[in-house]
Amino acid sequence: MTLAVCALAYGSRAQTANTCLDCHGVLDPPLRVTEAQFSQDIHFQKGLTCASCHGGDPTKADMDAMSKAAGFRGKIERNQVPALCGRCHSDGNFMRQYNPGLRTDQFSQYQTSVHGKLFAKGDTKVAVCIDCHGVHDLRPARDSRSNVHPLNIAQTCARCHSDAAYMKPYGIPTDQFANYSKSVHHEAMTARGDLSAPTCTTCHGNHGAAPPGVDSVKNVCANCHVFQAQMYEKSSHKTVFQSAGLPGCVVCHSNHGITHPTDAKLGTGPEGVCMQCHSPGDDCDRARVGLLASLTKLDQSIKSADSVLGVAESSGMEVSEARLQQDQARDSLTKARVTIHSFQPKLIDQDIQAGLKIAAKDLQAGKAALSERDFRRKGLGIAVIFILITLVGLFLYIRQLEGKPANG
Amino acid sequence: MKIVKQVREWIDERFGWAKLTEPLRHKTVPIHKLSYWYFLGGITLFLFGIQVCTGILLLMYYRPSANEAFESVQYIMTRVQFGWLIRSIHSWAANLMIFTAFLHMFSVLFLRAYRKPRELTWVSGMILLFLVLGFGFSGYLLPWNTLAFFATKVGTEITGQVPLVGHTMMVLLRGGEEVTGATLSRFFGIHVAVLPGLTAFLILIHLALVQRFGMSLPPSVQAASKVNPSVVREMKFLPNFLLREFMAWYIALGVLGALAALLPWELGTKADPFGAAPAGIRPEWYFMFMFQTLKLIPSKILHIDGELLGIGAFGLAGAIWVLLPFLGGQREKRGGRLIRGAGVFALCYIVAMTIYGYLAK
Amino acid sequence: MSNEDSQQVRPARRRLVEILLGGGVFASVVSFLYPVLKYLVPPAVPDLGQDDVVAAAVGDLKPNGSKVFRFGSRPALLLLTAEGEYHAVSAVCTHLGCTVQYRSDLHEIWCACHNGTYDLDGRNVSGPPPRPLENFQVNIRGKEIVVSRKRGV
Repeated sequence: MTLAVCALAYGSRAQTANTCLDCHGVLDPPLRVTEAQFSQDIHFQKGLTCASCHGGDPTKADMDAMSKAAGFRGKIERNQVPALCGRCHSDGNFMRQYNPGLRTDQFSQYQTSVHGKLFAKGDTKVAVCIDCHGVHDLRPARDSRSNVHPLNIAQTCARCHSDAAYMKPYGIPTDQFANYSKSVHHEAMTARGDLSAPTCTTCHGNHGAAPPGVDSVKNVCANCHVFQAQMYEKSSHKTVFQSAGLPGCVVCHSNHGITHPTDAKLGTGPEGVCMQCHSPGDDCDRARVGLLASLTKLDQSIKSADSVLGVAESSGMEVSEARLQQDQARDSLTKARVTIHSFQPKLIDQDIQAGLKIAAKDLQAGKAALSERDFRRKGLGIAVIFILITLVGLFLYIRQLEGKPANG
Repeated sequence: MKIVKQVREWIDERFGWAKLTEPLRHKTVPIHKLSYWYFLGGITLFLFGIQVCTGILLLMYYRPSANEAFESVQYIMTRVQFGWLIRSIHSWAANLMIFTAFLHMFSVLFLRAYRKPRELTWVSGMILLFLVLGFGFSGYLLPWNTLAFFATKVGTEITGQVPLVGHTMMVLLRGGEEVTGATLSRFFGIHVAVLPGLTAFLILIHLALVQRFGMSLPPSVQAASKVNPSVVREMKFLPNFLLREFMAWYIALGVLGALAALLPWELGTKADPFGAAPAGIRPEWYFMFMFQTLKLIPSKILHIDGELLGIGAFGLAGAIWVLLPFLGGQREKRGGRLIRGAGVFALCYIVAMTIYGYLAK
Repeated sequence: MSNEDSQQVRPARRRLVEILLGGGVFASVVSFLYPVLKYLVPPAVPDLGQDDVVAAAVGDLKPNGSKVFRFGSRPALLLLTAEGEYHAVSAVCTHLGCTVQYRSDLHEIWCACHNGTYDLDGRNVSGPPPRPLENFQVNIRGKEIVVSRKRGV
């Protein structure tokens, strides 16, 4: 018997024997768990076996393995999952043996979440650990194939939250993922590969997932968009929105479908946000018009300086200094757009004026380059004329020297 | 004019100037329908003079270190008064000089001026051609921009492929295993000291030989003049032919100025040794035909590395070209046709490969 | 040098040729020499080294003020604190290359693009920047503020 165990121990890849896969690897789903699948699992790689969660005796080669005496539990019911995972993952002393850096508050966080609260009331439709993390091929979050890797989180949440039929009893919208997919945050992550860009869990939390309250939306955005938040904090809109119970940043920027803001937000078109509240002709409307005008003016002056510099460059003039300064002008424009959140036209105007000054200087530099180019061409013309005169002179002198008989 | 006479007499009393310049005053140049080709050598010499003058001026501001080279050229182009003119003339004249040097070589080949007794004139001229190409290769790196950096990398890499001595040659050229600031220092020294010294020396030899043997008559003209002597007439070198050369040189000057003002040489972007090579990296046009050939050769031909074969072939071709006058063979007519055939082939090959190289991008 | 035939040419004609040739040569030589002579005169901005630059003159900057200047081919930032200390750092943000600026209200260096902040010596303090800004040496030479690359280290 011991020989057989040793042989099995040598044969299997795990540190401890795991005979369950011998049968379950060839059964039909949902009983099917292959070795190929389970070898990817982080728990398996750390030395745990099927019995660690399901109980039983993994060293036995046949149905004896699934003995109740050995603690076999069979399929774990959904309402047992959090407690089962939490048995290890909430035990700091235990987890320290494997990964001292891992947090151990997932279960207590879960209990504060919307999922956790509904779960406590007996709802088993809500997400439990295995719904997001997977179960038999569970990968750590930093593995890009994991369902909870930043690139994949939105899709994982969307599995339920975009399913209208599934979400019907809860009465919340199911368009979050669709909106998020159009957002600039999603683009940052997928197109620019910026893993620090926000996904669902960034704003909602992961284990303690719940929507931020209306008053705290601003705090959430402020984690990254610090200066906009600081300006907003001191602005008139903050007190108004707060007392009206409006969710701060979301009022103008929306929550999931946050698109790249353009100056059109200050306009009166479909993207315009100011006129949602303000009336045409009032003080704020007038301020809005002024703001839009000066932002457009700065943008235009930067562009016109750029185009003149471009012409100068393509004529071979060196304008790298001015190009460098243009970056600063563009920075001023960016700064002005950030300062909008203070809703104080005087402050915004400061940035705009600074930018206009720089752009005007660069336009001058471009024009100077063009006039220098013209000067060079004139100089060339003059030199060519002198050369031609000399050539004619040489030609005539040669003729004179050699005394060509034709009209002497 | 009196003062000129007085100065001349003063020099003559001490150095025998009149006696020294006597042969020059008797020198004549045969004028016939093909004599325009005679100008090419002089124009190449004139362009070399331009290069020396503009090169010395550039030396006033250029800094040959990887940190400062690009910025110093930028400084010349933007801050120094007429720096743009001097630098653009230097770059354009370099290309023009290589072009006229090649044209001069081919015209000498097709007009068969390499024959006895002018064999060494041909050899010295070929060495000068190689030196001029060396000037082009070394000077190209000096602005330390991205294109130059990678072109040098590829070029020296190819040198490293030569069997036995290749690696040593490459390390000596690069000043190390890779192209770095050390390479720039070396190329700078080669470009402003080594090559000018060698070139000046060889030019003196080349001109002395041309003086010694006079201008050669192309065989077709020679034959025609036997029938009808008026086909050729002798023109005095001083001042008549020289005045005409001056006209050619002045035209070249005008062309250079126009090119510098209308098509200024670009600066590019500063080289980043750790950056990726830009797409479509290629050498300057005068190396393009070799580069394109190497690109077309399959990687292996009968177990021999293709690139090696290419380099070997060009090495062999270069050696043959230098020794051309000695390969004529006894029967002049036959030798003549062979060499002319080789010349036509070489010219067509170079032109075709250069065009192909540019179109293939 | 001239043969008999040239004597037959009218003196006026000869004069014209002489003027043309002489004048042409003179004028064209002047048009060549003029640029060369101007070229040799050192320009007003004496240095565009990568290692050493005059960034400003004493008195150009007000306390708690800053200036972006060119260091080599990239922008750099010179700032004067309220206490009278000069600092100079590279102005190229280490995140994605935007030009940083001095925030006189926050007394720190800030990048408008993604809210990166650095302290006055260029150390990245918060936000996306992964590395500090290169710190330069500032020396006062008479009336000039000279910024140079730090040697050694």
